[in-house]
Amino acid sequence: MSGRGRRLLLWVATHAFAVALALMFLAPVAFMALTALMTDEQALTSDLWPRSWNWANFAEVFDRSLLLRWAGNTLLYAALGTLFTVVSSVPVAYALARFRFRGRRAAFLVVIAAMMLPPQVVAVPIYLVWARLGLTDSLWPLILPMLLGDAFSIFLLRQFLVTIPRDYTDAAKVDGCSDLRTLVRVVLPMARPAVAAVALFQFFYCWNDYYGPLLYAGVQQDHLTLSLGLATFKAFHSVQWNLTMAATLLVTAPVIVLFFLAQWVFIEGVTLTGVKG
Amino acid sequence: MIVTSLPAAPPRPRWWRGEGARALLWLSPWIAGVSVFFVYPLLSAVYFSFHRYDMYTLEFAGLDNYRYLLRDPRVGVSARNTLWLVAVMVPATVLFSLALAQLVVRLKAGAGLLRTVFYLPSLVPMTAGTITFVFLLNPGTGPVDHLLSLAGVRGPDWFGDPDWSKPSLTLLSLWGCGQLMVIFLAALLDVPRHLYEAAAIDGAGAWRQFLSVTLPTIAPVLMFALVTNVIYALQYFSQAMVASRVASGATDSPGSSFSPGYPEESLLTLPQWLFQVGFRDYSMGYACVLALLLFAVSMIFTLVLLRQFRRSGEAS
Repeated sequence: MSGRGRRLLLWVATHAFAVALALMFLAPVAFMALTALMTDEQALTSDLWPRSWNWANFAEVFDRSLLLRWAGNTLLYAALGTLFTVVSSVPVAYALARFRFRGRRAAFLVVIAAMMLPPQVVAVPIYLVWARLGLTDSLWPLILPMLLGDAFSIFLLRQFLVTIPRDYTDAAKVDGCSDLRTLVRVVLPMARPAVAAVALFQFFYCWNDYYGPLLYAGVQQDHLTLSLGLATFKAFHSVQWNLTMAATLLVTAPVIVLFFLAQWVFIEGVTLTGVKG
Repeated sequence: MIVTSLPAAPPRPRWWRGEGARALLWLSPWIAGVSVFFVYPLLSAVYFSFHRYDMYTLEFAGLDNYRYLLRDPRVGVSARNTLWLVAVMVPATVLFSLALAQLVVRLKAGAGLLRTVFYLPSLVPMTAGTITFVFLLNPGTGPVDHLLSLAGVRGPDWFGDPDWSKPSLTLLSLWGCGQLMVIFLAALLDVPRHLYEAAAIDGAGAWRQFLSVTLPTIAPVLMFALVTNVIYALQYFSQAMVASRVASGATDSPGSSFSPGYPEESLLTLPQWLFQVGFRDYSMGYACVLALLLFAVSMIFTLVLLRQFRRSGEAS
């Protein structure tokens, strides 16, 4: 076979393989959607294609669960958590990236250590404190700590901020800018992609968090978040896979929509974590 | 323009010089956070670990909790499960992500679209993804078993068989590897093209080029991925817990009793056992012993990661 023919064959083989893999990646969502539209009885069979399209299943999920309430709780947790994290982490990252002081290396190591600390390690003593304050059975024990900085966000922002040339901040200083003014007027506009990535990551972390709400949200249905509510929904409707899949789809959809609205932030943010890290 | 001369500033004390004081001000929220959510809980975990504590009565127990750690069969079980995750799931996920990135790099047509397809599952909420996989792998009636039966293969009992429950979760982890894939993709795109050209002139084939050019160049990223994923495996909780609950058909709410790690404790991880001991059985003292064990192991891996940072010159 000629070199050209072989290259063409390789091209076709690579692309065919990639498309096959892509279909396998899409299959779970496709099966999720198809099952969500089946009747109760058909969802218990091994059929792949719905015999009738039961769009009412989605309405039934809303009827049988507090999905909107859970979405509201999740949105509150994710929105406040993201806001608090950005506001509290930016100054810390700025200080770690820009100020020269003794012990800044040690400070950075503490950030990394905190980032690696499994949340379960500190869970018991912290839980006891919140219980004494009477704040368990709510999402506040998850939201309030974010006012004091989040290690992963600080790490990510700091890695980005050190790449901003010192000349810019020095020039601002020569012009008589205070530290705060330099941060707001010079550094932040340049760090927009990093801040956007941190905000989006934190939003998704909160939105998808299962462990935190499991610990603190309590057992009452109207306190649950989407991820926790979805798990209990399955428990209450154990044989109704069609409704469970409809609920799963409803929980997943906003995430996918948000991704398409802010695609560049995701890709750039992920790249930031790995390559600079 | 009139230049007014300022009075000379009084000499400042030593520690004030440089930017230490200003930095301290900027870092103060984080210092408060570290004290309250890192240092304090660690110290009080040590304190509680020497006590019996059920949230109502606190009584000194000496080393009883630590002695119990050595006799607790669940600790051995969860350590073995974690070892499996570290030895099988982590390498499988990392290698799969790398292979996927390598594939996407080679694509000429539709690379953007395919990259999006491979990335999207990593955004699916963890609970949703896990429930979906339990459904997909439902023995007999699940779509995967249906497709396998078309090929004449009888699927295993997936999440119901202790030998298959961890491999089933590994499939979930492969499906959600998009973030890692994008990281590898960026690293692969950073490999200087001329190195490949030089290697090709030297007569190196594709595999040889991968081993001698790609791998050494992306080694820091690969190491970073491995260590962070090992730490992630040590914290493995939500997927295992949701899979256990859904697959066992437990019809209970989060408050009621449930034997964790179904089937046959094959999905019991240390964080889950800690959760069960502390927040379901309210043996806070013993839970703190488990927490300290988890902390010690995590810190060992963190130190490895830090050494890696230093080697790649990023930690300065």
